Amino acid sequence: MKQILVVKAERCLGCKSCEIACAIEHSKSQELVAALGESPAPQSRVRVLQGETFAVPLQCRQCEDAACVASCPTQALRRDHEGPVVLERSRCIGCMWCIEACPFGVITMDRNSGAVVKCDQCYERVAEGKMPACVTACPTSAIACRDLEAVVAEKRHAYLVQIERAVREEAS
Amino acid sequence: MPEAKRVSADVAADEMVRLAQERGDRLAHDRYQAMRPQCGFGQLGLCCHNCNMGPCRIDPFGQGTREGICGASADVIAARNLARRAAVGSAAHSDHGRSIAMTLLETARGQAQGYSIKGPAKLLALAKEWGIATDKRSLEEIAEEVALAALEDFGRQDGGLRFVSRAPAKVQARWESHGVMPRGVDRDIVGVLHSTNMGGSNEPYHLLRSCVRAGLVDGWGGSMVATELSDILFGEPAPLVSEANLGVLKEDHVNILVHGHEPVLSDALVAASQTDEVMAACEAVGAKGIQLAGICCTANEILMRHGVPIAGNLLHQEFALVTGAVDMMVVDIQCIFPSLRAVAGKYHTKIVSTSPKAHFEGFTHIEFDERRALDSARTLLLTGIQNFANRDPGKVHIPTDKSPLIAGFTTEGVFDHLGGRYRPSYRPLNNAIIDGRIRGVVGIVGCNTVKITQDEAHLTLAKELLRHDVLIVQTGCSAIACGKAGLLTPEAVELYAGAGLQEVCDAVGLPPCLHLGACVDNTRILTACIEICREGGLGDDFAELPVAGAAPEWMSDKAIAIGFYVVGSGIFTVVGDSLPIMGSPRVADYLTGGMEEDFGARFAFERDPLKAAALIVEHLNAKREALHLSPMIYEPRPAETLGKRWRAGGVALAAV
Repeated sequence: MKQILVVKAERCLGCKSCEIACAIEHSKSQELVAALGESPAPQSRVRVLQGETFAVPLQCRQCEDAACVASCPTQALRRDHEGPVVLERSRCIGCMWCIEACPFGVITMDRNSGAVVKCDQCYERVAEGKMPACVTACPTSAIACRDLEAVVAEKRHAYLVQIERAVREEAS
Repeated sequence: MPEAKRVSADVAADEMVRLAQERGDRLAHDRYQAMRPQCGFGQLGLCCHNCNMGPCRIDPFGQGTREGICGASADVIAARNLARRAAVGSAAHSDHGRSIAMTLLETARGQAQGYSIKGPAKLLALAKEWGIATDKRSLEEIAEEVALAALEDFGRQDGGLRFVSRAPAKVQARWESHGVMPRGVDRDIVGVLHSTNMGGSNEPYHLLRSCVRAGLVDGWGGSMVATELSDILFGEPAPLVSEANLGVLKEDHVNILVHGHEPVLSDALVAASQTDEVMAACEAVGAKGIQLAGICCTANEILMRHGVPIAGNLLHQEFALVTGAVDMMVVDIQCIFPSLRAVAGKYHTKIVSTSPKAHFEGFTHIEFDERRALDSARTLLLTGIQNFANRDPGKVHIPTDKSPLIAGFTTEGVFDHLGGRYRPSYRPLNNAIIDGRIRGVVGIVGCNTVKITQDEAHLTLAKELLRHDVLIVQTGCSAIACGKAGLLTPEAVELYAGAGLQEVCDAVGLPPCLHLGACVDNTRILTACIEICREGGLGDDFAELPVAGAAPEWMSDKAIAIGFYVVGSGIFTVVGDSLPIMGSPRVADYLTGGMEEDFGARFAFERDPLKAAALIVEHLNAKREALHLSPMIYEPRPAETLGKRWRAGGVALAAV
């Protein structure tokens, strides 16, 4: 089932715990202190950005018709059926076409490893039945990983409530 | 990235920001942008790292963790963090006070080179207050006993601080009944820190009283020692004319900046800079002389006693270096950015740290020894002069902006001005308040912060209050902000003051904003309030007076300590950014509400300086009403006249 990352910007306190957890998850050692000494240094795939009045974590949206996948000349970026867009490190030549193609600016170049990095929605963790690292790390549940269908259903229900309220107000 | 707000309200700073940008210098506001977003748990006071089971964080939205591993609630964590910060701020001021007392002791014993007792009147007054014999004793003998008595208050275990007896009886009674009577400077700071240790105090209101306790030993202890003993050692300030802003630097002079807070070294530098040897050394390197100027409170100290001009406030420490014209910056303690190393690295500026309490990686450390003060100062000056030769004229860019100012007002000195030299008294001030010419007195103090446009909150708040006939007293970086903007001059009366305040200022020749000194000199505001109470007619308790405090751009832990001694003494205080406790509604409610019942005053948090001014005016009006004072004689001056020459023409707009 297709899963998506749902971000509640109003909950983000800008602590950047997700950035640290993401870097650790994508390190060799998977452990904070040990990861500090690794080379190339582990990179976070999520960035917490500051808006005028709020902070928000941004990571790959795992687009269905992904511009990055289409633009990759070495097929380093690909997606399996319902999974996220993932990078095959050995194929990436660091040409950065995907960075240009991405409308969200969530693919970055890791100059130390000579390849791009992007969120893979922690597909290995998810396969083990865990949540992505950023979701687990977020102390205010500002990031959630949910079934697409459930998100859609919830939105539809919230809208229904809205309509119902409007109808009732009009009647009274 | 969102559009950055203007970095500073000061045009000289603007010029430096643009230049820094062109040259690729990274300054505090750049580092702030890179730091954003800043962690909300820290901002809300909900991150606890007081033990190694943590760090723990409380989810302010109530979805995640509601208690720390030990079980501490959001209330406890927020209050405990605040108590630690209040204790640190109090420690900083108090250790500064200790240095002054130690130097006075060494001076009295003839062990400190180049210092003498320059404030004998203050010495005798304090000796009398403390019951120290003065008859047939030399100033040095008296000073030795006064210094020892002051030092005793640091290590005192019980019996109460000496200065506490200065506080009005009702204020003391509140401290007694809430168990915060200051006992000893070191003892109370240690006690508060102990309470915050893991498994220590876990009752939020007890921790908040600890904040008050930490504050009180600062205001009525360490800081008051610093102010009073500095006046004895370096001389009582008297009003004098000087200038402020980067325009005080001179292209053809050796420019030496002092930055920090303790005047022990900078005072010696001033003395040593006036020798033939120094002049000859300047000539030898092709400079026309030496220009000494200051940043932060060290600047305020030597401004008010020697008229040494001010180069700027907190954020100017980096802007000054971008002029390329600073040959040496001598720093002592507090508010010194370690970034100076990197900024100075692009210029020839030598940054010298001098205090055994503050070392910086990459600065040249030449430790100052007050026993050989003049020798130390001479070595430093010659080091700076030699560096003049390394200046790159291509990089020199000094803004022309500077403003004249009057500084050097004190609790005692205000007597002279308000009552005239032959009838010194607070009576004219009290009468002006009672009659409705002056609405009240407000202290605008505190730091700069990168979170808002530099100086803007200080200036907007000051002007808005002046318009409402509020007499303003100032210290620290706030005084410097207003000094740079010309508010510390009699000319500002016409430009900003309301009609009633104009009458008072004109009659006695005062600026509408009075420069009272450095941040430790906030104690002069306390002692002035004592005099207002003593003079009579406005109540016998700080909590009854139409007075208030404000720190619209605060950032340092010292500001937290000051806030607690001011509010804890019964004076309503508005701070700009809220204290870092907003994750606990109970703590916030107490500080901005319930605290008034216990201590006679409360905090308000308001970032918008116009709204802050409205809160203060409302507060002053309420206090005036409670005292049944006359209505204000004049309507507030129209806001659109601010900055323009304006006179009410002596016509009363409202019935007396």
